[in-house]
Amino acid sequence: MYEIVSKKKINEQVEMMEIKAPFVARRCEPGQFVILRVTETGERIPLTIADYDREKETVSIIYQVVGKTTQMLSGMEAGESLLDFVGPLGKASDLKPHKRVLGIGGGVGAAPLYPQIKKLHEMGVAVDMILGGRSAEYVILEDMFKEVSDNVYFATNDGSKGIQGFVTDVLKTLLVEGNTYDEVIAIGPLIMMKAVVEITKPLGIKTAVSLNPIMIDGTGMCGGCRVTVGGETKFACVDGPDFDGFQVDFDECMLRQTFYKEKEAHACRLDQQKPE
Amino acid sequence: MANMSLHKVKMKEVDPVVRSGNFEEVAMGYTLEEAMEEATRCLQCKHKPCVSGCPVNVRIPEFIEALAAGDIETAYQVLTSENKLPAICGRVCPQEKQCEERCVRAIKGEPVGVGRLERFVADYYMEHFNGKQEKATTNGIKVAVVGSGPASITCAGELAAKGYEVTMFEALHELGGVLVYGIPEFRLPKDLVKKEIQKVLDLGVQVHKNVIVGKSITVEDLVEDGFKSIFIGSGAGLPRFMNIEGENLNGVYSANEFLTRVNLMKAYQFPYTNTPVNAGDKVAVVGGGNVAMDAARTAKRLGASEVHIVYRRSEEELPARLEEVHHAKEEGILFDLLTNPVSIQGENGHVAGMTCIRMKLGEPDESGRRSPVEDPGSEFSMPMDTVVIAIGQTPNPLIKNTTVGLSVNRKGCIVVDEESMETSLENVYAGGDVVTGAATVILAMGAGKKAAEAIHAKLTQQTQE
Ligand SMILES: Cc1cc2nc3c(=O)[nH]c(=O)nc-3n(C[C@H](O)[C@H](O)[C@H](O)COP(=O)(O)OP(=O)(O)OC[C@H]3O[C@@H](n4cnc5c(N)ncnc54)[C@H](O)[C@@H]3O)c2cc1C
Ligand SMILES: Cc1cc2nc3c(=O)[nH]c(=O)nc-3n(C[C@H](O)[C@H](O)[C@H](O)COP(=O)(O)OP(=O)(O)OC[C@H]3O[C@@H](n4cnc5c(N)ncnc54)[C@H](O)[C@@H]3O)c2cc1C
Ligand code: SF4
Ligand code: SF4
Ligand code: FES
Repeated sequence: MYEIVSKKKINEQVEMMEIKAPFVARRCEPGQFVILRVTETGERIPLTIADYDREKETVSIIYQVVGKTTQMLSGMEAGESLLDFVGPLGKASDLKPHKRVLGIGGGVGAAPLYPQIKKLHEMGVAVDMILGGRSAEYVILEDMFKEVSDNVYFATNDGSKGIQGFVTDVLKTLLVEGNTYDEVIAIGPLIMMKAVVEITKPLGIKTAVSLNPIMIDGTGMCGGCRVTVGGETKFACVDGPDFDGFQVDFDECMLRQTFYKEKEAHACRLDQQKPE
Repeated sequence: MANMSLHKVKMKEVDPVVRSGNFEEVAMGYTLEEAMEEATRCLQCKHKPCVSGCPVNVRIPEFIEALAAGDIETAYQVLTSENKLPAICGRVCPQEKQCEERCVRAIKGEPVGVGRLERFVADYYMEHFNGKQEKATTNGIKVAVVGSGPASITCAGELAAKGYEVTMFEALHELGGVLVYGIPEFRLPKDLVKKEIQKVLDLGVQVHKNVIVGKSITVEDLVEDGFKSIFIGSGAGLPRFMNIEGENLNGVYSANEFLTRVNLMKAYQFPYTNTPVNAGDKVAVVGGGNVAMDAARTAKRLGASEVHIVYRRSEEELPARLEEVHHAKEEGILFDLLTNPVSIQGENGHVAGMTCIRMKLGEPDESGRRSPVEDPGSEFSMPMDTVVIAIGQTPNPLIKNTTVGLSVNRKGCIVVDEESMETSLENVYAGGDVVTGAATVILAMGAGKKAAEAIHAKLTQQTQE
């Protein structure tokens, strides 16, 4: 069992938990994730390691409440325990000692981006950040990012924080103003990452993205997480989750993510009874 | 006087129509009377040909003799002296290619139902006796076992019985390997697997689930943490795909994913359990082994109306256990033999059909089986919602990639000394599917046992020095 050491609400839909998990905390690096299960009948869901403390043997997760499992998480409190918590999974991000990097976080995508930006900052890399969300409420981790970045820009759909528009609008402005970056790291909804790449690719600005396909085991055993990168099939859980954005087939990823949409909605609505 | 019937005593099975609608076990097992009657078919041969057909040399005539006399306790002790998981092996061993193939009764008529008797003794014992396992006094020597499939369970049990402090590390949240995530409930009830494993753990094995060696901890860390020997039984869990067009469409599953969703995550009880699976109405399963049969019969139970096995060779070459093919046919699974997929067609990102080509058998290949060759121009397409690919698995490279100096062969299987099961690294052993590639439960158990003996011999020598 994996104890919830602390829990915090970040906004209406996003929460953060610190979990006691000695095996994960011992070896994890930025870019890696865990898979957890809340109850005996529960699903295994992947969440990025947002932060970790090797001494306290804890790791932090930040999740958006979107469906059944994240709702169950949301219903738990510090002191209770998760049934299963396995990791660290996936490859650590390949963080290079660049001069200047631009991070782009859309919605809850800011969470998986944070440990990477923090590490880059520690490596002495200059970082600019764009944070986006539906409205001011959904822009998360602002203070944490401010501590590790030179500039933080904002974009919201309704203009309640930063410019009214998308993170890509800020990206365009920054580039037009003559800012140069050695690399862009974009994490958020697939549609956002695709839009970012559509801008950076023609300009040849190297862009890393983090993919979040549906997963089960997270060890390369099921192949459910397969994605097409550079024309080849890769397993996101072991070959990723970070990939070269120029090579990713985003349209395929988007289709694959919807495979269980109907059933997921069903699981969320139904009051489940044990079958005969 | 021995019972000279040419046929095995019949085992009751659930009616095919009923059972293809649920996940209950198909074969219902013998009653005590039936088992004792079948036991009397054994001739108690002095040269015991059956024993040499069994990879772990179960003392077959001896346990059957005790059973025939109604002494189940003795039968069980004899049986488990060589095989720690009899309820499992009795159900899933390919007996027709092992013990039963060598049985003298098979010369004329059916062999003695060794597997069925093994199953009976184990089930009956568990139900009626439930003897507690004695823990051995510990010798203070730490040994790590990676994985919890039949190879690792056996190795751990043997070593714990000798007093070693065994710690088992398993990547998933359940113990048992393929026994829990691969082989379906209707063939191997999971409660029973749990009980069999628990008996072994009661010998004093410490367990860490949710720990992936190579990710959460490395082999090097284990050595540093004071483990004197390490046994790797991580199986062959990496699914192979066909590399044909359309393979990443929604509705294309690896057998591993399909079966894991259903068995490990219990998707057949969705939404009571939260992991979904979409079986669809028309399902093609590509492959001809146990894995393919399991996937096909599972699809049927999830409500598919039409399930095909698509296999590129002929019926004779089907690698699956005979009983599984037989059960699959009874349940209405269609066999498209000498047929191979060429591409999968989609609509809106979802499988809509599969194009196949007919095959002919050509010259025998290195495996000795006649290799299939395409019949040009024979392509045809079949409408499909789901395609499950069950064409084999190879070892997962996680451990190899994180362990300096660990030798593997071209197929990614760990190379070991065949006598001791020791790898290229001293005091690191391996066995089961990770060494042989996908094989059988009993071979994995045999390897785990062999490694345990070698580990014991070497550590005894080392501590005496
Ligand atoms: C490597 C990786 C890292 C991730 N990191 C984070 C994170 O740090 N914070 C965060 O909020 N979310 C993260 N996600 C997404 C998160 O896993 C899903 O939001 C979660 O599984 C939803 O589960 P649910 O039962 O609450 O919702 P469901 O009702 O199951 O589904 C709601 C949505 O989540 C998607 N989803 C469902 N199951 C999975 C699955 N097994 N894997 C991926 N997506 C799924 C569905 O397509 C759907 O859009 C990550 C995903 C991956 C693959
Ligand atoms: C669907 C299916 C049906 C089958 N039917 C039959 C049958 O009828 N009869 C028969 O004899 N055989 C059958 N087999 C084959 C048989 O199950 C295998 O040969 C046998 O289970 C191999 O045992 P193992 O101990 O080597 O590995 P596995 O059973 O594969 O167990 C390996 C374990 O190691 C764990 N693991 C892997 N990597 C790591 C890591 N890095 N760290 C920690 N843990 C790890 C895995 O999660 C798993 O639990 C079938 C196989 C399948 C898939
Ligand atoms: S373990 Fe398998 S091969 Fe050996 S006797 Fe039992 S059923 Fe036969
Ligand atoms: S070969 Fe057959 S008849 Fe002879 S001892 Fe073995 S099981 Fe009995
Ligand atoms: S999640 Fe199963 S292979 Fe990636």
